Amino acid sequence: MTATAEADLHDRLMALAERQIAVGEVRGVAAADPVNLPMIRHWAAAMGDANPVYTDAEAAAGSAHGEIVAPPAMIQVWTMPGVDRDGRQATTPVDDVLRALDGSGYTGVVATNCEQTYHRYLRLGERPVPATRFAGLSGPKRTALGEGYFVTWNITWYSQDEPVADMLFRVLKFRPRERKTKPEAREPYPLKPAINKDTAFFWEGVGRGELRIQRCADCGELRHPPGPVCPSCRSVERTHVVASGVGEVYSYVVHHNPPVPGRSTPFVVAVVELPEGVRIVGNVVDCPPEEVGIGMQVRVTYRQMDDELILPMWVPQES
Amino acid sequence: MVSLPGSTAVAGIGATEFSKQSGRSELQLAAEAVFAALDDAGLSPSDVDGLVTYTQDTNQEIAVAREVGIGDLTFFSRVHYGGGAACGTVLHAAMAVATGVAETVVCYRAFNERSGRRFGQPDARIGGEPSSQGLEMSWHVPYGLMTPAAWVAMFARRYMHAYGVTSEDFGRVAVAMRRHAATNPAAWFHGRPITLEEHQASKWIVEPLHLLDCCQESDGAVALVVTSAERARDLRRSPALIGAAAQGAGAGQLMMTSYYRDEMTGLPEMGVVGRRLWEQSGLGPADIQTAILYDHFTPFVLTQLEELGFCGRGEARDFVAGGGIEIDGRLPVNPHGGQLGEAYIHGMNGIAEAVRQIRGTSVNQVAGVRNVLVTAGTGVPTSGLILSAE
Repeated sequence: MTATAEADLHDRLMALAERQIAVGEVRGVAAADPVNLPMIRHWAAAMGDANPVYTDAEAAAGSAHGEIVAPPAMIQVWTMPGVDRDGRQATTPVDDVLRALDGSGYTGVVATNCEQTYHRYLRLGERPVPATRFAGLSGPKRTALGEGYFVTWNITWYSQDEPVADMLFRVLKFRPRERKTKPEAREPYPLKPAINKDTAFFWEGVGRGELRIQRCADCGELRHPPGPVCPSCRSVERTHVVASGVGEVYSYVVHHNPPVPGRSTPFVVAVVELPEGVRIVGNVVDCPPEEVGIGMQVRVTYRQMDDELILPMWVPQES
Repeated sequence: MVSLPGSTAVAGIGATEFSKQSGRSELQLAAEAVFAALDDAGLSPSDVDGLVTYTQDTNQEIAVAREVGIGDLTFFSRVHYGGGAACGTVLHAAMAVATGVAETVVCYRAFNERSGRRFGQPDARIGGEPSSQGLEMSWHVPYGLMTPAAWVAMFARRYMHAYGVTSEDFGRVAVAMRRHAATNPAAWFHGRPITLEEHQASKWIVEPLHLLDCCQESDGAVALVVTSAERARDLRRSPALIGAAAQGAGAGQLMMTSYYRDEMTGLPEMGVVGRRLWEQSGLGPADIQTAILYDHFTPFVLTQLEELGFCGRGEARDFVAGGGIEIDGRLPVNPHGGQLGEAYIHGMNGIAEAVRQIRGTSVNQVAGVRNVLVTAGTGVPTSGLILSAE
């Protein structure tokens, strides 16, 4: 986003905030259930609050309240929307601001403040009603989570028309830091091939998923490993063919000891005979070592060893 | 043309102790072995005018010459291809002596292969250089095929498939080598023979090779004095005549990974060496009383028996199972215990044992030895010798 676009966005957000503040207090939907003993009992048990004034009618009768009252900290519980948010919840002036932030990429959310003030205890049977006021928007702020806006609002709970509790709530809406699009740089693979003018064509082919075999441009002889001069006709004119990519295990070993840098043991190395008539060495992978055998049909695959090196390897043909 | 067979000889042998941690530099080991070989021959450093070692040796000829007190050198040379160089150093020395380029040449190999750089450990750098060898390795190393055991195991698997050979057939080689080493006080595994069951129970290194199919890793050094046969006759020891010496690489050869030739069941480069040895010496397999066959890994001992004509293709397993390579067998192999049993000094300790067998001084002496065949590293371009008694 350009700096100008960023400034425009900020202005739009702040203007929206001003409008939402001007909306003032908006009443929501009354508690789905009246204040009741079963919910109090569950909450008190979960919180480990054993005060009998919340659950024991007899004890409560002897208290200053004269009857069972709800724990004040339960105030949000009574009007919190359930998991099934079915539209019974009224809109609040905060909603538009949160939506606008989401739409601008501030999709992350973390609660930063929650300050509650209780005016009196709620009694069984009361049905509190929340009323929400949008209080303010500040930002953008750079935070450890990412750039974001602090969004603040107030809720007052009423019983009938009597305010029983207030809450200031603040969240940080932030742009999650972009995940690194590149994966972590890989550990360099320690077993690099030396490459020169005579062998570069092979490794270029590997990079394109081609298993290349040197071919004499004059007499047509195929040769692996390659070299600069055709041993049959002395020609230095060379080209290559792309192998079919299948082969047969001519011999193989299972390496156990000592450890090899860049490798975990045991691993299999094979001499693979190609139908084109040359042999090539490579690992047999995706196959338990004990299932490898001379005569096994294999096909080529390509493995990225680090950011630079790809190696041709061999897998069982049936897989 | 100068004729090589019979005109030169190994006149002295020397070695350090064989250990897992020498506690001294490779150069010191080299110097100690050279001193020992010269003492054995009854020569002094000032008699030496040539030095030969492996390209892999970390001790330059001039460094060894400085430590030992050798003066002017008129010949120095290195032989390539790992352990394939072993007998090649003697070939180079013999050629120099036979042609008059040098009079007395010392061949040496010294390393801390166990406490220093271990050849059996993967080294990610071996495929990294765009040299011809680096490029060759680059067809294998990226797939984790990068240890000598793994390279050999690839041949071994095909060999098993072709001839119905089993891991136990390989194991019998290891058991025989350890049996020989058990009675050789210089061997690391002196007094420690193994059973076939122990071989089978040893952990996998690279299937189909168990730990006990692989030779040990050693610190140590061996040196050999090569001079003319005529001069050797006047020295302290009876000469081990160089009846034949050869190097060999096969068509389509790679280092340890010649997987692209028609067959993977033989060692064509050893075939090259064998044919040259028989031609030069005028001998054949029946004329050899004991052989030192390079045994860094057991499977290639079988292959060498076939490649050199001691038995037919695919018959080595029966040759070995029938006791053919035991001290009292048809062809006692590695009476010193080989590299599996005595020490891994890149094949040079085997040449020293061949000399002892010619002299009749081995702790596991084979009766009536006239000719000993020695081979060098397998799977690589290699070399061989036939040493003969007067």
